[in-house]
Amino acid sequence: MFDSLATASVAIAGGAYIVAALLFILSLGGLSRHETARGGVIYGIVGMIIALVATVVLVIQRTDGLGIVLLVVAVAIGGSIGLWRAARVQMTGMPQFIALLHSFVGLAAVLIGWNGYLHDGGIAANLVGIHHAEVFIGVFIGAVTFTGSIIAFLKLSARMPSAPLVLPGRNALNLGALVVFVGLTVWFVITPTLGLLIAVTVLALLLGLHLVASIGGGDMPVVVSMLNSYSGWAAAASGFLLDNDLLIVTGALVGSSGAFLSYIMCQAMNRSFLSVIAGGFGIEAPTKGDEETGEYHEITATDTAQLLAEARSVIITPGFGMAVAQAQYPVAELARVLRARGVEVHFGIHPVAGRLPGHMNVLLAEAKVPYDIVLSMDEINDDFPGTSVVLVIGANDTVNPAAAEDPGSPIAGMPVLKVWEADEVIVFKRSMASGYAGVQNPLFYRDNARMLFGDAKDRVEEIVHELGRLNPASPGAGAAHASSE
Amino acid sequence: MPIGIIVESAPGETRVAATPSTVAQLIQLGYEVVVERGAGAGSSFPDADYEAAGARIVAKKAAWGSAVVLTVNAPTDAELKLLSKGAVLISWLSPALNPELIDKLVALPITALAVDAVPRISRAQSMDVLSSTANIAGYRAIVEAANAFGRFFTGQVTAAGKVPPAKVLVAGVGVAGLAAIGAASSLGAIVRATDPRPEVADQVASIGGTYLPVEVGETMDSSDGYAKATSEAYDKRAAELYSEQARDVDIIVTTANIPGRAAPKLITAADVASMRSGSVIVDLAAANGGNVVGTVPGEKIVTKNGVTIIGYTDLARRLPAQASQLYGQNLVNLLKLLTPGKDGALVLDLDDVVQRAITVARNGEKLWPPPAVQVSAAPAAASAPIAAVTSKRRGIPRAVRIALTIVGILALFVIIAIAPPPLPQHITVFVLAIVIGFYVIGKVHHALHTPLMSVTNAISGIVVVGALVQIAVGDPVTRVLSVIAVLLTSINIFGGFAVTRRMLRMFSKG
Repeated sequence: MFDSLATASVAIAGGAYIVAALLFILSLGGLSRHETARGGVIYGIVGMIIALVATVVLVIQRTDGLGIVLLVVAVAIGGSIGLWRAARVQMTGMPQFIALLHSFVGLAAVLIGWNGYLHDGGIAANLVGIHHAEVFIGVFIGAVTFTGSIIAFLKLSARMPSAPLVLPGRNALNLGALVVFVGLTVWFVITPTLGLLIAVTVLALLLGLHLVASIGGGDMPVVVSMLNSYSGWAAAASGFLLDNDLLIVTGALVGSSGAFLSYIMCQAMNRSFLSVIAGGFGIEAPTKGDEETGEYHEITATDTAQLLAEARSVIITPGFGMAVAQAQYPVAELARVLRARGVEVHFGIHPVAGRLPGHMNVLLAEAKVPYDIVLSMDEINDDFPGTSVVLVIGANDTVNPAAAEDPGSPIAGMPVLKVWEADEVIVFKRSMASGYAGVQNPLFYRDNARMLFGDAKDRVEEIVHELGRLNPASPGAGAAHASSE
Repeated sequence: MPIGIIVESAPGETRVAATPSTVAQLIQLGYEVVVERGAGAGSSFPDADYEAAGARIVAKKAAWGSAVVLTVNAPTDAELKLLSKGAVLISWLSPALNPELIDKLVALPITALAVDAVPRISRAQSMDVLSSTANIAGYRAIVEAANAFGRFFTGQVTAAGKVPPAKVLVAGVGVAGLAAIGAASSLGAIVRATDPRPEVADQVASIGGTYLPVEVGETMDSSDGYAKATSEAYDKRAAELYSEQARDVDIIVTTANIPGRAAPKLITAADVASMRSGSVIVDLAAANGGNVVGTVPGEKIVTKNGVTIIGYTDLARRLPAQASQLYGQNLVNLLKLLTPGKDGALVLDLDDVVQRAITVARNGEKLWPPPAVQVSAAPAAASAPIAAVTSKRRGIPRAVRIALTIVGILALFVIIAIAPPPLPQHITVFVLAIVIGFYVIGKVHHALHTPLMSVTNAISGIVVVGALVQIAVGDPVTRVLSVIAVLLTSINIFGGFAVTRRMLRMFSKG
């Protein structure tokens, strides 16, 4: 009787897992458009609830009172921490938050792998070898994800310098670690010992550490999406280990999602995935490009306001510098004021703007910029020639004409926003320093480019203020006063 | 510094160098403005309006004697005598065509700025009087054509029968050509346009015209912003195109002017003869000799076969208020550049390419011709090497890619075939899920990539299922490890979904 109930609930759990897997696919599918995105998340949550309830029912039948208490307490503590952090995290801090979440999946996969070794739960003799290989692979991917994400978290939250760590022969180190891992796996399958498991865990932890530490700050969007992918593969490996299709499906979905994002990021920088992982970018760049300088033209916030007031169309191209200066709110206000004056305003987002794929969109959304005026590079790049004014706020490499015009430049061939094709370009900048890639930007010396120096937030606020004093109808002084309040 | 606005003395001139609205802007720049009595009469700007804008109305002598004098036409010899010593004359001087005038200006001595010599760089667009004038001429050309054309421009279906739309051909897509295309298509005509530069096709399409390419495999690279002369093969094919079109269209507007040279003949006498009676040709190059055989500069004539050829050279003067406003605004923009302090003090900076290009004389020093200014910063040759660089970086050759795919498929086949159950089933699920993943993720909107990452964070917390099952195991070490795993993954699940929902709530439509 008890046995048949247990068998029935296993069967029910199997059905529930398939439903949950389908709901997860629907959830990701929902994110294809803004209109369906919120519904997509609901699918995901429902899928998760179904999977959890089915699993908890299974567990309750098999365990004692203590197990249930531990389960409830662990979920309650974890859930409250999760909800608390999710409600508090700053949108500028999303990259490090997401990196931290990746590390949890990685660590969980390591722990599950260890448990799989410590307690294999009666496995058929012909499968023992495969089981041990699965333990090893799961622990390895999980551990690399864990330390890699922790390093990414530290770098993104500026608790650690973002410059790449350059060890001699680092590519050999990474490759060597992989070779050792394969050797250890074979050894472990033949003679499974705890020592080997500890060895592979330590090896993988070190590899994750080195892998991300040696990648420079500008490549962080790729690193975060790559770790996203790894966390998925770690979950899939756990699924193989535990004979659980739901974990395999979900892990594969997350893994391919992260891989796809990494691919988009790499394309946006015109670099191969391997070269990002090998991390050669940050070092070779500064050797060239400093010689190309010239005369730049400065402009004041007042003149910029005048220019914007007379413009037909304005495109704003923000970069991470906008988020650093916390300028997204005044920028959103500026867009609102200009739109109210009848100026056509669009935002142009480069795929690698920000520290995370889609990061700029979230920051602008938080500042209440309507998403339908926020366009991607491909959507907006043909519109620059007819545009009156482009505001470049906190972006540098993503608007560098050298990428399109100078084959000798380190960023040659990288697709960029062609801001220089507009009538006027205003570049908001702290000083004349070069961008993340360490490449000089000839945009600043163009005839139609003007530099607006200083803190982006202060400058944008000044422009908004000046625009408030300019009356669209009549330039008379009396009328201007009436409208400024 | 006082600025003088004078009555234009050229015969038939209706324009004036400043309107009441540009006078107000000049005063904002710190200048004092004096206007000769009746200066704006030809453009319907009464003296009272100038006074209201802050100008003083003065007699001829006082206006010409100002420190800065703005005019539309180059002054006559008599007027030159009225200029005070060291004055600044800003005018349409056509220095390339009037070498004697330049010598006279140098001898006076005064500082003379030729506004029609502004280089075609984007920064100087706001001062480009040639563009302003061409724009007016293009618009007026269509108005004149419509006036002479005995039919509607737009097609209509009326109770009295169907009216076909007029067909308009615009030769030369410069500023004037574009203005003509825009005006004609907004009247409802079918508009076609030709130009040696294929890159104008998009501009033509954007204002409602159709671009007719001349297909000879030769393109024109315009480095100074103006059209140049074309090759023989091109001209031959173009002539055929014009002959074909002349038989078909009702209106032809020609705008082909090459700076400093006689206008090219585009429409032959035979072409004109092939046109239907009642057709109209407007030749905007009439002053330079005309693009059409049979054009009489300044006149409207009708050929034997009933084709009207309009060769007016004063199209801008036929829209005086508009022409004065645009010309005056160009001068204001120029004076903004020349008055960096906004204090009414004119400062000439010859290191600036725009100011250098327009200065023909400075206090007796002859500065014409200026050094050449290159407009397009990027030479077109750079595009080829870039293509080479990009293709080099996309490393893997096709054959290798195909080989890798085949090896991958074979490996998958072998693994599934030999692996003991339940592994093949898991691998099947795994591979299918990856494929589904790529298709689903490929459709995700770029703006939602961050929510995508956080939601995948949440669902990858599904490894909690594994950890939960392991809690059931009695072994204390396993239990502790699995409790930690449950706790961590719970953070992921709850945190991931909550933060995704928080983000998505922020996205709002405008």
